[in-house]
Amino acid sequence: MGEATAKPLDGRGHAEVPEDDLYHATSWWTKYVFSQDAKVIALQYSATALAAGFVALVLSWLMRLQLGFPDSLSIIDQNQYYQVITMHGMIMVVYLLTALLLGGFGNYLIPLMVGARDMAFPYLNMLSYWTYLLAVLVLMSSFFVPGGPTGAGWTLYPPQAILSGTPGRDAGIVLMLVSLIIFIIGFTMGGLNYVVTVLQGRARGMTMMRLPLTVWGIFTASVMALLAFPALFVGAVMLLFDRLLGTSFFMPAIVEMGQPLGYSGGSPILFQHMFWFFGHPEVYIVALPAFGIVSDLISTHARRNIFGYRMMVWAIVIIGFLSFAVWAHHMYVSGMHPYFGFFFATTTLIIAVPTALKVYNWVLTLWRGDIHLTVPMLFALGFIVTFVNGGLTGLFLGNAVLDVPLSDTMFVVAHFHMVMGVAPILVIFGAIYHWYPKATGRMMHEAMGKFHFWVTFIGSYAIFFPLHYLGLMGVPRRYHAMGEMSDIPLSTGELNALVSVAAFIVGFAQLVFVFNLIWSLRHGAAAGGNPWRATTLEWQTPETPPGHGNWGRELPVVYRWAYDYSVPGAMQDFLPQNQPPSAQATRSAAP
Amino acid sequence: MTIILLLVATLATIALWWLSHQRLMEKPWLETGPAEAFRGVTAGGMPAEKIALGVFLAVVSSLFALFASAYSMRMHMASDWRSLPLPWLLWPNTIVLFLSSLAMGWAQIAVRRGDAASLRKALLAGGASAFLFLVGQLMAWQQLAEGGFYLAANPANAFFYLLTALHGLHLLGGLVAWGRTIVRTGRSTAARWMTLSVDLCALYWHFMLLVWLAILALLLHG
Ligand code: HEM
Ligand SMILES: [Cu+2]
Repeated sequence: MGEATAKPLDGRGHAEVPEDDLYHATSWWTKYVFSQDAKVIALQYSATALAAGFVALVLSWLMRLQLGFPDSLSIIDQNQYYQVITMHGMIMVVYLLTALLLGGFGNYLIPLMVGARDMAFPYLNMLSYWTYLLAVLVLMSSFFVPGGPTGAGWTLYPPQAILSGTPGRDAGIVLMLVSLIIFIIGFTMGGLNYVVTVLQGRARGMTMMRLPLTVWGIFTASVMALLAFPALFVGAVMLLFDRLLGTSFFMPAIVEMGQPLGYSGGSPILFQHMFWFFGHPEVYIVALPAFGIVSDLISTHARRNIFGYRMMVWAIVIIGFLSFAVWAHHMYVSGMHPYFGFFFATTTLIIAVPTALKVYNWVLTLWRGDIHLTVPMLFALGFIVTFVNGGLTGLFLGNAVLDVPLSDTMFVVAHFHMVMGVAPILVIFGAIYHWYPKATGRMMHEAMGKFHFWVTFIGSYAIFFPLHYLGLMGVPRRYHAMGEMSDIPLSTGELNALVSVAAFIVGFAQLVFVFNLIWSLRHGAAAGGNPWRATTLEWQTPETPPGHGNWGRELPVVYRWAYDYSVPGAMQDFLPQNQPPSAQATRSAAP
Repeated sequence: MTIILLLVATLATIALWWLSHQRLMEKPWLETGPAEAFRGVTAGGMPAEKIALGVFLAVVSSLFALFASAYSMRMHMASDWRSLPLPWLLWPNTIVLFLSSLAMGWAQIAVRRGDAASLRKALLAGGASAFLFLVGQLMAWQQLAEGGFYLAANPANAFFYLLTALHGLHLLGGLVAWGRTIVRTGRSTAARWMTLSVDLCALYWHFMLLVWLAILALLLHG
């Protein structure tokens, strides 16, 4: 592919890099390990994130064993239970979902979908991955230090996060905070790339309003992450100061086992503000890429243009803005002025409007579509159902009055697993089945995929649906065992056992997925360049998998939006974005 | 959290202004056709590096605005806040940083004139004075420590050290970019590249000056 990039590019945007500054892999190391090619970096990000996710999955089994069979199978004690939930939660949210959706899918799809040769700053992009890997390694190392990982809960609330009663107080919490700081630095390098590439790397004719919604979702999420992660950074740095240098940013005066500690006057609430100023946007940093991807999956596999493209874009942008004004709905039980509670409850409910709009548009896209129940489509449909389910319980929790009794019960656990655990994971699976053929040139095995879907989908409901009832019955969150709590019916124990069995079945179904990933690499059916007959640019590359520089000699030119499916009067049922308009003017009916 | 919310609102306004130029109201499904019809909204124009720096500055603003929010909230959350006497060294330091910024502006003029000699001089002056500023900040720390104002003694002290350290680190990062620029002046680099490098450095310098003034205002305020 050397000659493709050696050709002087057409002097625009990203292509302004002079020829000798363009990156050429010269050895095996620079091609596959220290690669600056966004596609390789994407696969590195994805593999690392999935490996971290697997650790978090195993941790969830430990919790489920404990919760399901508290008397017979005591593998972990109370302290370990805290450590396990903390690591599980943090890995899932930050190191799996954020890294996979932005670092993995962002890197793979942005340059291909906008018609660029690579990210705007390939070297920085490479650095971003290795920084991320370092963050993961630092975090994982906390399993092996004396005292083990921190048990502060994924929210890391002070004061308890750094008090000696909390497991992992010595090294675990320090490693966690340092790892987060490294992660944020690494993400910033990547995020700059994603944003600038969308702004500046688009092919000729690719206006913002012709971008596939996947790119809109990842783009908006990247902007949000760039602005929200600093809040976590500030919180982590200040907490680290409190822990290591004895400052009192967050730590109030405290007597610990008869000993007054050196702290005074600090405010734990201040930390909560910092954490949730990051934490709430984080939900949408995960959700918006998922929204975008799901729109494209549905449109492609239902052979129908996306309903209300403009509304979809507006909704993404509006959600992005609003999500910076709702963070305190996580702090209702921390105590706040009633007017503040009212304000945040209101903004929270307002954000449901553009979100619901997106759901309607997905359903209307399906309406009278030519629905192909392919594996990606199944996962997309599973997402819609699950997301609606999780969204509805969000309406309960968003109201300050209702949240007070429900907070810190399993109801909350059920809610956020539905909305930001299961739903985005389903999209990620769907997306992997969808784009695997582009990345490898082979299809994933369909029967295995369907098995994977049904077990995961039904199984997730078996795991998380009962948790709503457990929560309503008062089963608290983050409890290792119920012990002598007489107000909680004994039957909750049976329900918990059932949930645990389901969790194991779902967990093992993931092994089928991993097997499929590896097996199809060699034995999958040859995919060809565009197996789903999709319109977007990544399916129109001259080679599959796309070569270095993506496009061969000529950059693509874009003539139409991303959703010309089943255009009346057209020869094919889809018109790729780079297909010039033919003599007979074909128009799709405006929805 | 007022400060960070104000920043987010400002950034949101800029984003909305930009979005309003992206034909958000057009119906893209009706606009089949060659790219030339949409020239105004295709990518291009400004160099990617400049946009990247702009976005990065937004991230840095968010970081400092959050610290400022934390500062003003912590100040009122307990009665243990004792503002610390600002070391007098901060004033000469401020002037040095201002001169540093000025020198960078001079470099911008020189590079446009193609005046290689003054460009080198201006850049050297800019970098050296930034370096001097950092040394001055370290000495200010020393002054404070000698006066018994240790990091952990009071939240006001802790914020002082934290904010100045963070600002210094950012400036240090800028000095790395400055180093690369000055190396370039020694080589035969295309004029367009040289101008871009100098412009980026200058922009960053002015921005760091602004951040420093904001920090100073915060420290004076309490
Ligand atoms: C098979 C999949 C999963 C199972 C069986 C599972 C199970 C659990 C369990 C039992 C808890 C602890 C509940 C408690 O005692 O408070 C928990 C907490 C949590 N999980 Fe999962 N989970 C799964 C997947 C996920 C995913 C995909 C995410 C990504 C968002 C996630 C995020 C969290 C978070 C944030 C917590 C809270 C940790 C804390 O309280 O500090 N989980 N999960
Ligand atoms: Cu929230």
